[in-house]
Amino acid sequence: MRTVDRALALGLTEAEFQLICEKLGREPNEVELAVFSLMWSEHCAYKHSKRLLRQLPSEGPRLAMGPGENAGAVTVGDGYVLAFKVESHNHPSAVEPFQGAATGVGGILRDIFAIGARPIAVLDSLRFGEPTSARTRYLLDHAVGGIGHYGNSIGVPTIGGEVYFEGPYEQNCLVNAMALGIAREDGLIRSAATGVGNALILFGASTGRDGIGGASVLASAELGEQDASKRPTVQVGDPFAEKKLLECSLELLDLGLLVALQDLGAAGLSSSSAEMASKGEVGLDIDVSLVPLREAGMAPWEIMISESQERMLCVTDPDTVERVLAVCAKWEVHGVVIGSVIEERVLRVLDGPDKVVGEMAVQALVDDCPLYDLAPAPPEAGLYPAPVATLDASESDPRAILLALLAAPNIASRRPLFEQYDCIVQSRTVRRPEQADAAVLALPGGGAIAVSIDGSGRRVACDPYTGAIEAVLECTANLACTGAEPLGLTNCLNFGNPEKPHIAWQLTEAIRGLADACRALDVPVVGGNVSLYNESGGGPIYPTPVVGMVGELPSAAAAGRSGFVRAGDLVALAGPFVPALPASELAKLRGEQLPDGLREIDVAVLRAAQEAIRDAVRAADLSSAHDVAEGGLLVAVAESCLAGGLGATLDLGAAADERMMFGESPGSGFVVSGPEEALRRLGESVAVQLLGTVGGDALDVRGADARLSVTLGELREAHAALAALFP
Amino acid sequence: MKLGVITVPGTCDDADARLAVSKVAEPVALWHGESDLQGVDGIVVPGGFSYGDYLRAGAIARFSPVMESVIRFSQQGGLVLGICNGFQVLCEAGLLPGALLPNAGLRFRCLQVQLEVVGAQMPFTGDCAAGERLSIPVKHTTGRYYAPPADLESLDAHGQIVLKYAPGHNPNGSVDDIAGVRNRAGNVFGLMPHPEHAVDPLTGSDDGLKIFLSMAHAHG
Repeated sequence: MRTVDRALALGLTEAEFQLICEKLGREPNEVELAVFSLMWSEHCAYKHSKRLLRQLPSEGPRLAMGPGENAGAVTVGDGYVLAFKVESHNHPSAVEPFQGAATGVGGILRDIFAIGARPIAVLDSLRFGEPTSARTRYLLDHAVGGIGHYGNSIGVPTIGGEVYFEGPYEQNCLVNAMALGIAREDGLIRSAATGVGNALILFGASTGRDGIGGASVLASAELGEQDASKRPTVQVGDPFAEKKLLECSLELLDLGLLVALQDLGAAGLSSSSAEMASKGEVGLDIDVSLVPLREAGMAPWEIMISESQERMLCVTDPDTVERVLAVCAKWEVHGVVIGSVIEERVLRVLDGPDKVVGEMAVQALVDDCPLYDLAPAPPEAGLYPAPVATLDASESDPRAILLALLAAPNIASRRPLFEQYDCIVQSRTVRRPEQADAAVLALPGGGAIAVSIDGSGRRVACDPYTGAIEAVLECTANLACTGAEPLGLTNCLNFGNPEKPHIAWQLTEAIRGLADACRALDVPVVGGNVSLYNESGGGPIYPTPVVGMVGELPSAAAAGRSGFVRAGDLVALAGPFVPALPASELAKLRGEQLPDGLREIDVAVLRAAQEAIRDAVRAADLSSAHDVAEGGLLVAVAESCLAGGLGATLDLGAAADERMMFGESPGSGFVVSGPEEALRRLGESVAVQLLGTVGGDALDVRGADARLSVTLGELREAHAALAALFP
Repeated sequence: MKLGVITVPGTCDDADARLAVSKVAEPVALWHGESDLQGVDGIVVPGGFSYGDYLRAGAIARFSPVMESVIRFSQQGGLVLGICNGFQVLCEAGLLPGALLPNAGLRFRCLQVQLEVVGAQMPFTGDCAAGERLSIPVKHTTGRYYAPPADLESLDAHGQIVLKYAPGHNPNGSVDDIAGVRNRAGNVFGLMPHPEHAVDPLTGSDDGLKIFLSMAHAHG
């Protein structure tokens, strides 16, 4: 086979191959071609998204570490910083859901401790096809199992997340994992290799043939029929090995023994070493014959690109090598000097002390991959078929609609999923799943942070620009309900093939929406991840920008909750809530075609409303606060009833039509409860409509078009619909 | 009082256990590779996945140097509390009767449960009243308590069943709703629920503190 044909088979274009030859001054050998094909893959080089991503604002007064490092970080007071990042593991999970999801968690956790932060929480954002499909149930069950297996075993709580079920994810599910870590401000470490003559140490698990070519073959191409054969490109996770790696890494940092630290993720040793050298403006010698192997007879190129999990690289002074290796021995992880920092800015791969098997300029690997401008064009017709109707279009009884919505896969209780995750280890969890709109963790010193992750692909499919803004506002609304002020945002952009004009348009519009929303809210983007080529024979996924956000509360004790607390409290709808039925969950249940466009949003108006809610929660004025999301107002009230175990009696007045009861307008409406005086005060800064009173064991609603009564038991039964998926 | 908290590779709840202990006594971190118990007055074997739990939950940890010392310590009457994986380790070590099997649903479950105090006696539940309910979380895959019928009768007869899941709260299919048992001598106690995760109302409940307070009061 000609070298150029091998390059094409590895996912490079002919022009890219020619450029590589130009940079090297010759054709690449086997090792070099393997390394380049990965470093220049979409997954590593962001060649179709890098230019667009420059629009995202990444500056802010609380920023401690911005995009470019393994994870971003913001300051949270008392000398602490909070590191966080979200990342996708979509294609591995579509091919092998348990290990795909597990190693997704493992990978994002390594990103956190690679900058010196102790991981304190995981959240997940999942997308599957409709649960009526056997494939969806298999993927869901195994992905949830994999997430739990890894997070539970390593002792990091999984405190939140979200899952949506929509037809376009049937073949190409999404598994995004977000992790958070805490560190002292002066304890962060960067990945830049520095100090010519310093030693390069590989530590952690041994290196095998697992995950060879994962980033190029699997992550940077559309899914197809033969994907079962790609199973060997999925890595296998070992949380016990990572637990030791984590403790070992943090102990090495505590002892001040490291110059630089980097985890091995996509493209393994190639990418981690090239990145370290690039950031440090140095070169590296790596002798692959020194790498501890899991199986005999691995070729140098395989060692360079293996994606075996649970491995780290560090740089240390020659004088401290012995101490580093001693700490590795204590934690029973392999620690081996595999190379050194050199002045010449090349990545030189050796197989034994004198045998050079590859030599590539660091800049060529990291910076010279061509970046592509997209050719966006809006689709001429709708890209997605109408959802399959599950509710008779003629059904107009609000009681029946409410129960159908509560049982809908996108709304039903996530308890059968989150009960499989340890949400309390590390003793920080102040609000667990279903106790508040965002998870709340206590910080040393009495403060707290709230975390939320959101992104409704169906709404982004209707209108990529506005849908992306809504995803950000949904996150800030969730934070506001706990009393938290946003500090920073991470995002994972899950899209189809960007070489197609309509996908390029979705991506371009969504990034523009994210950028505008972040600017209008003064929330910096601290980092993120892009996952493209999420397509299969069934077409592209819904464009799915997943937004993860961290906010700050002055006091853990005053964290808000979503459930009603006290019989006798008044219930109100707060905010500039103007609901709409198109693109709503009810429209989906009725099988309605996605609308072309969403109503325009005035972010400044919503920001002011959310800040009013936040201040009222912080002042401990309100007993509960819950944002009106999928399913609209009555679903939100029912959720507050269920979370608090208390009924409510509401009078919606003359305007109580279907649009009012079940229409949606993300981030703009809040169901709040509290004493009359508190709601009056809230009304001074935001529109407040009194709806009724908390109490009893049923939800009773009166209004112009409606009169319904549902017991808590009936609400609970409908809401428990997902339990059937986990027999 | 000094309470040692054991860490083996794969322990996850050691920091939580030290935090809980610190509310009633002085916590001492004990490392698996060292057999010196540093003069502690009692031991907590915390939860997690010791050595990855790869052979069988708790089966490897039982052979660590520190556990050899803990076994001797318990034989001399020292107080030993095993929580979750710690309970599994103590059963594997033969310090407690019975065994922990995979949950009835075969899945990991994390939820707050109600427990009933069956035996309110020193040294682990002296601060509780008989029949008192405690709100404490569970989180495990392998927590279904099992002992043969004859052994169960003997446990009952000797007052070794200390905690039961309240009716409707058994999360794993444990026989007779058993959540925690002690040895015949009464100085070794194991339970699947996590009292160290119930020591502060801010994070859910402080009912679990009574277990640690009981140990402190028993020590005097």
